[in-house]
Amino acid sequence: MIAVLRDLFRYNGEFAIGCMIMAIILGIAAASFFSPYEPIDSYLVALDAPPSLEYVFGTNSRGQDIFWQLTFAIRNTLAFGFIVALISRILSLVIGLISGYMGGIVDRILMSINDTFIVIPLFPLLVLLYFVLRDDMTWFVLALVMAGLGWAYDARLIRSVMISLRTREFTNTSVFSGMSMPRIVTQEHLPYVLPIVFSTFMNNMNWSIGLEVTLAVLGFTDVDTPTIGGMIFWANQHSAMVSGVWWWYFFPTLFVTLTFIGLFLLAISMNEYIDPRSRLDRMGNS
Amino acid sequence: MRSYAIYVAKRVLQFALVVFVGISITFLITHLTPIDPVEHAVAQVSTFGFSSPESIELLRQSLKELYGVGDNLWEEYLIFWRRLAMLDFGPSLSAFPTPVSELIGRAIPWTIGLLTVSTILSWFIGNILGGLAGYYSRNRILRILGMIMMGLHPVPYYIVAFVLLIVFTFLLPILPSSGGYEMNLATGWTPQFAGSALLHSILPSLSLILVGVGSWFMGMRALVSNIVTDDYVTYAALAGVPDKKLVTSYVMRNAFLPQITGLAMSIGAIFNGAVITEQVFGYPGIGRLLVEAVHAADYSLVLGITSIAIIAVSAAVFIIDIIYPLIDPRVQVTQ
Repeated sequence: MIAVLRDLFRYNGEFAIGCMIMAIILGIAAASFFSPYEPIDSYLVALDAPPSLEYVFGTNSRGQDIFWQLTFAIRNTLAFGFIVALISRILSLVIGLISGYMGGIVDRILMSINDTFIVIPLFPLLVLLYFVLRDDMTWFVLALVMAGLGWAYDARLIRSVMISLRTREFTNTSVFSGMSMPRIVTQEHLPYVLPIVFSTFMNNMNWSIGLEVTLAVLGFTDVDTPTIGGMIFWANQHSAMVSGVWWWYFFPTLFVTLTFIGLFLLAISMNEYIDPRSRLDRMGNS
Repeated sequence: MRSYAIYVAKRVLQFALVVFVGISITFLITHLTPIDPVEHAVAQVSTFGFSSPESIELLRQSLKELYGVGDNLWEEYLIFWRRLAMLDFGPSLSAFPTPVSELIGRAIPWTIGLLTVSTILSWFIGNILGGLAGYYSRNRILRILGMIMMGLHPVPYYIVAFVLLIVFTFLLPILPSSGGYEMNLATGWTPQFAGSALLHSILPSLSLILVGVGSWFMGMRALVSNIVTDDYVTYAALAGVPDKKLVTSYVMRNAFLPQITGLAMSIGAIFNGAVITEQVFGYPGIGRLLVEAVHAADYSLVLGITSIAIIAVSAAVFIIDIIYPLIDPRVQVTQ
C-alpha cells in the first residue's frame, strides 16, 4: 500500500499536485477550530478592509474577517460533499453489486430505475424542495436528498465491472466450492470494485459541492451556515463587485476552484491506479 | 427494420418511466410541505387587493387541484396528472393572471436555442480536439491544450460564467452583460433582432461551451488512445492507409459512438448548468424564470417549470437514443 502511494507520488504528477492542494485545503478547514470568532457573528472587525497583514484576506461589509469565515466555509462545504459522497457510494455499491451479480430480471428492473435517475434533471427538483421546505431545508436534509438522487451513474459503472468479474474463472471456483452469494460478492469481488468506489468518491464530492455552491449562490440553501456558496451569496447581496470589495469574491472562488481541481486530480490519478497499464506506460516514459 | 421498432418501443417505455418517476417525485415533494400552500398563495395575491373575487376563486380552484390539499392522496395524484396532460398549471401568481403555460412557452425557445447550439458545439469541438490529442499524443500544442482542459473541466458553471462576465463587460466592455436581446427592439423575425439575440447569446453559450468541452475532450482522448492500439488499426496502418484517413474513418469514427451515449446521459447536467448561466447573464430562458419564480414565491410557476423541465430533458435524451442506431448499425442487431 505504502509502496503504491510512493510510486504514485513519484511518477504521477497529478497525484502529487492533487495531494498538495488537498493538504492546503484541509489545513485551512482545520484552522476553523482555532478561530477567534463565531462563524455566525457579524460586525466584529472593521468593514471592507482590503487584505493586509492584520486581515490576511481582508474583511467584508458584514464586519467579518474573510479568512476565518473561509475556514468555516471550507470545513462545511467539504463535510457536505463528504456526507453526500459517502451515502451515495453505499447506495451505488449495493445496487451495482446486486444488479451485476444477479443479472436477469433483477438487473433489468434495477437498471431501468437507474437510467431514470440518470436522466431526471436534479436542479429543478432541488429548487422545488427548497421552495417547499424553506427554513426546514438544513444542509443535512439537502445532503440526504442529494445522496438519494446522485448514486445512479456510478451504480452503472460498478455493475459493468461486476458483470465482467462474474464471468471470471475464480467466481465459478468459489460457487463450486460452496461459498454463498453474499460472501462471494463481499470477499471475492469487492476488492476489485473498491478502487472504483474511491475514485468516484472524489468525483461525486465535486459534483455535490458544485451543486451546493450553485444552489447557495442563488440563495436556495440555508445561507446562515457558512459555506463557500453562501459567502458568494452574501457578497452578491451586498453588491461587493460594485463597491469594489473584490476580495470578498476572489478568495471563496479561488479556494473552491482549488478544491475542485485537487479532488479531480486525485480522482484521475486513482483511475490510473485502477488501470496499471497506463501507470507502467508513464513510468517507462519518465 | 423490425429490430429497430423493438428498440424504439423499449426507448418509449424508458421515456415514459422517466417522466412518470420524475413527475411523481415532484408531486411527492410538494406534498411533503407542512404549510398549506394554497391559502398561503391566495393570501399573498389578495393582500395586493387588485383582483376580483372571481379570479381569486379561479386561482384557489386551480391551486387546490394542483396541490390537491384536503382530498385523498390518490385522487390528488390523478388530478395532478390530468392538469399536466392539458399543460394547465393555472394562472401565475407573480404575473397574475397570465397563465403559467404562457410564461413557460415564452421562455422555453430561448433555453432550447441556447442549449442546442452550445451543447452541439462543445460536443464537436471537445471530441475532435480530444480525438486528435489521443491520436497524436506526442504533439506539444495538444498536450498543453489537454492540461488547460483538465484544469477547466472541474470548475463549476457559476464561476466560469462570473469570470467571463467580469472580463467581457467590466474590464473589456465589448459584449452586452445581460438580457436576451436589446431592450428597445421589437421581437420578431427581423435581421436586427436576430443579430442582437445572437450577440447577447455569445457570453452565455461561451461559458457553457468552456465548461462542457473539457469532459468530451478527456473522454475522447482516453477512448482514442485505447483504440489506437487495436489490431484493426495496426493492420490498416501496415496496409498503407493514409494517416488522415486512419484518424477520421478508422479511429475517431468508432470513438464517437460511446460519446453519443455520453451525450444522452449528460443532458440533465447540462440543463442544470444552463439554469445558473441564464441567471448570471439575465438570459430570458426557463432557468431564470425558475429562479425568479422561487424568489416571488410563485407556486404554480415553480411547479410548472419543474414538470416541463423533466419532460423536456427526458425528451431530449429520448431523441438522442432514437437517432443512435441510425449512426451505429450494430445496435439493431444486439438490442
